[in-house]
Amino acid sequence: MFLGTVVGQVVATRKHASLKGHRLLVVQPIDHARIPTASPIIAVDTVSVGTGETVYWVSAREAPNALPGADTPIDAAIVGIVDTINV
Amino acid sequence: MIIARVLGNVVSTIKHPAYGGTKLMSVQPIRPNGENLGSSTLAVDTIGAGAGETVLVLRQGAASAQVLGIDFPPIRSVIVGIVDSIDRC
Repeated sequence: MFLGTVVGQVVATRKHASLKGHRLLVVQPIDHARIPTASPIIAVDTVSVGTGETVYWVSAREAPNALPGADTPIDAAIVGIVDTINV
Repeated sequence: MIIARVLGNVVSTIKHPAYGGTKLMSVQPIRPNGENLGSSTLAVDTIGAGAGETVLVLRQGAASAQVLGIDFPPIRSVIVGIVDSIDRC
């Protein structure tokens, strides 16, 4: 799992049927000091997060597990909103 | 698995139910000599690791599911051991 900042939202009218009803957000991966670590990614929101919030997200095969059925074709999912990072 | 140094913890109120009751830690992957290796990442703690400790981090979902005892969790990284020492030849 990784930390990230939500920097935007993607609107896609035509998409795979299983993606309907899911919010697609632009997430900037960051480290514990909130320094960007990689290029922005698109992740499915599972916790109703807003733009500008710090979140954590899961990638790869474990991302579909965040949604009911665990078989939606996604490779990144936001799974929590960060209150504080104590380092 | 990789070795990493625990930097601290991350507090989160709103989260996926699979993360309920878990302790989320910020960890810095390191080389055996202690040098940082890449960017810090997050891992669920299962053994009570504290800041500054060197730990073993598992980074595979199926294995994490077995450790956590839940089916298909959206969790990839889990702390599964505290490193006492690393002997290098």
